[in-house]
Amino acid sequence: MACFIAPVGEAVVTTIIQKVVEKKEKKYGIKKTKERVLSWSQRLRFLNGLLWGGSLLLAFEHIWHGEVVPWPPFLTAMRNPADVGPMLHEMAIIGGGMVIFVTFIWAVAMLVVELRAPASELNVEYNRGG
Amino acid sequence: MWLIITTLAAITTTLIWYLKDPKNEYKLGLLAIIFWGATLMWFVDHVMAYRAEGEEFFEINADATLLGISVVIIALLVWEITLLISDPKGILKKK
Repeated sequence: MACFIAPVGEAVVTTIIQKVVEKKEKKYGIKKTKERVLSWSQRLRFLNGLLWGGSLLLAFEHIWHGEVVPWPPFLTAMRNPADVGPMLHEMAIIGGGMVIFVTFIWAVAMLVVELRAPASELNVEYNRGG
Repeated sequence: MWLIITTLAAITTTLIWYLKDPKNEYKLGLLAIIFWGATLMWFVDHVMAYRAEGEEFFEINADATLLGISVVIIALLVWEITLLISDPKGILKKK
């Protein structure tokens, strides 16, 4: 019904976090040492890509199935008060499941990247302007 | 059916990115990530619908196939717009 709203919510939060982290990394001159190891802003960008990209295609699928319309109240389930409860339940259970699964896969991918990198590459450079 | 088509698109795009565009000059990494994000989300959706409501895991019919193809087109459109905006070869800037 509207399960993609949960990943969109997470994407908004992680995008804000990514922007803040990116600013801090620029301020302190933190960058990756070699191609393999990613800075935190790059890791979060990867998660944001998964969340925004997936949500976009899911939103299209909901439009295709007539569950989302371009006019208020946008979600067709909102027209009938009896459908609101099941919609919120679906958002919590399926949407929540999507959020947990995508974040878990992202965490595993980041862990694999770190484990594959030699120890010397794990150190980030701190360039404090001097 | 759209889960199968999107998964196939994700695998193919990842392979092309790895072989032809590892530096992500042509933003193929972005396209792969879009496909993977949707694949993971639809996988959860399909598993939950299968377990809770006993729906068919793969819905194989003309409508589902057309949806799968349309999803790929939407992702390709997003990727192409991003590619043209970033213009890695500077073709649009020259003109």
